[in-house]
Amino acid sequence: MDGQNSYRAGPDEKGRFGHYGGRFVAETLMPLILDLEAAYKAAQADPAFEAELIDLQTHYVGRPSPLYFAERLTEHFGGAKIYLKRDELNHTGSHKINNCLGQILLARRMGKTRIIAETGAGQHGVAVATAAARFGLPCTVFMGATDMERQKPNVFRMKLLGADIRPVTSGSGTLKDAMNEALRDWVTNVENTFYIIGTVAGPHPYPAMVRDFQSIIGKEVREQMLDREGRLPDSLVACIGGGSNAMGLFHPFLDDSDIRIIGVEAGGLGLETPDHAASLAGGLPGVLHGNRTYLLQDDDGQIIEGHSISAGLDYPGIGPEHAFLRDAGRVEYVSATDAEALEAFQLITRLEGIIPALEPSHALAHVGKIAPDLPRDHLMVMNMCGRGDKDVFAVAEHLKVDL
Amino acid sequence: MSARQTRLDRKFAALQSEGRKAFIAFVTAGDPDPETSFAILSGLPAAGADIIELGMPFTDPMADGPSIQAASQRALKAGQTLEKTLAMVARFRAEDDTTPVVLMGYYNPVFIYGVDRFIKDAVAAGVDGLIIVDLPAEEDSELCLPAMEGGLNFIRLVSPTTDDARLPNVLENTSGFVYYVSITGITGSAAPDVSKVSDNVARIKGRTNLPVAVGFGIRTPEQANAIASVADGAVVGSALVDVIGETAKNGDKPATDCVARVLTLASDLAEGVHKEIQK
Repeated sequence: MDGQNSYRAGPDEKGRFGHYGGRFVAETLMPLILDLEAAYKAAQADPAFEAELIDLQTHYVGRPSPLYFAERLTEHFGGAKIYLKRDELNHTGSHKINNCLGQILLARRMGKTRIIAETGAGQHGVAVATAAARFGLPCTVFMGATDMERQKPNVFRMKLLGADIRPVTSGSGTLKDAMNEALRDWVTNVENTFYIIGTVAGPHPYPAMVRDFQSIIGKEVREQMLDREGRLPDSLVACIGGGSNAMGLFHPFLDDSDIRIIGVEAGGLGLETPDHAASLAGGLPGVLHGNRTYLLQDDDGQIIEGHSISAGLDYPGIGPEHAFLRDAGRVEYVSATDAEALEAFQLITRLEGIIPALEPSHALAHVGKIAPDLPRDHLMVMNMCGRGDKDVFAVAEHLKVDL
Repeated sequence: MSARQTRLDRKFAALQSEGRKAFIAFVTAGDPDPETSFAILSGLPAAGADIIELGMPFTDPMADGPSIQAASQRALKAGQTLEKTLAMVARFRAEDDTTPVVLMGYYNPVFIYGVDRFIKDAVAAGVDGLIIVDLPAEEDSELCLPAMEGGLNFIRLVSPTTDDARLPNVLENTSGFVYYVSITGITGSAAPDVSKVSDNVARIKGRTNLPVAVGFGIRTPEQANAIASVADGAVVGSALVDVIGETAKNGDKPATDCVARVLTLASDLAEGVHKEIQK
């Protein structure tokens, strides 16, 4: 394993995955982050915490999500045998709920009485608002004004769930600005507030904690694939914005060195243009939002906005563990463009009767590039991390269909 | 802490011997444009600023309120870079060799510039200290230790959430002065409660011989006076930056005596800090 014992050992006690990660936050937040780390450690050691989470996953979320053999898609590509991990069937329609329930249980253990979150596409915001409603906690969601315009159905869902939506107009009004604003709220309301970060980024312990809560995806896939095929898969494919669904699928398999693991970034209008959100392919290591990772930025260290057809992928950074896995060469990181994602979106909708979110449509676009050349006994798992209900209006617009 | 006396050490020693408190003025480098910004910087010492905090603009200033966010955006739009900020300090140093200049900002632009190169160029430009908001004591090896080694003061923020158990770690590698953040929150927020600030300054002084300056939420000469009465200095940023925002050229709206109005407010604030402390 290239001189190291395990790819799953991180983070170290400073919250580092190799050079990446860390705790780059203002002093006001530092004590809170240390408290959170201690509370999370205690919760991990408490069987009652796990039992409560499993109960919610089973009866509220509907886990385990199915591992579905996509027969017609497989026939269409004519190569690898393609399985879809159906996390889009979860309550609230994406993998985001896995993490939100874990964090809200932790918030309760810590005696916090107010929840805040950032959201881009609104999937994380909806999942947070749902968890907050379920536990009767007031919840404030920060969302870029531009994203609110793009994702009206999710804005309304959050409002129905009782969340207070704060439009963020600073910067360009997208996910990174929403995250800045959530951090500003947290630093102001330190006593009672728990910040539920939606992806495997932010200061330690968030990247590790969110990964742990999302790893249920990969753990289930291991069991389900052994059950279905009698062996582990040969390859895993997932889309990456911040990278939580991908880390959830990948992490339990990182030390199975025969398994090929592929993360698909948002290529936007193409990596040769400035309009993409591929932080690994087009960015450089830097420090933002509490961690060191690959960031889209200019020569002066100013952050550049990402672009993607999918509001859930246009974050200019990526979780630090992905940065580590890229440098270590354990995971391959590729990209798919807006146009390729849009095509994949339509393809799977017609072939499998599954309308995917635009985020996993990127993963599917890459599946379409590699599956045809793989043997028929190659077992491939793609994470269908969200459903496309929220995206139908945006897709209609891109296809120039007047609804 | 540091064996070498810095401009900050000398300034605080001089103020102390005169029985005065420090007025620390914050402006963002390059706001609203390089020339106007230099004229403001250049005029601040005569307006009564004892120490200047010069903001290094950043796209994502997570600890700053709307005023300083807007200042960063104006400066970046006008083409400000870290290289230009260092050049601005060097130009200031050519005309003023005593007023300490502390660069304040976020780590990423420094990290991208290169830590070693930054320290070397900052020292050469005449920078005296650094305040890097997103580098807590836990990340000291990144910039704090090399900067102190290179001869720069590293000024640490202490906040109301910094408890007694944590305080010694936070103070350990702090030099120049300690910056007490008067509130939990972002810059430009509500005015701090002076009695709470007083208690916390005393708490910090129980652990260090360094001067303690207080910032966040101080907007008027009266507030500056009240804060200065319980600390070694008062920092004002958002109120000054707001004047720049109001008077700078904006689209078709021409600039209206921006420099003069900023310096007038600065001198009112300086008077508030320097006048006899009202008990």
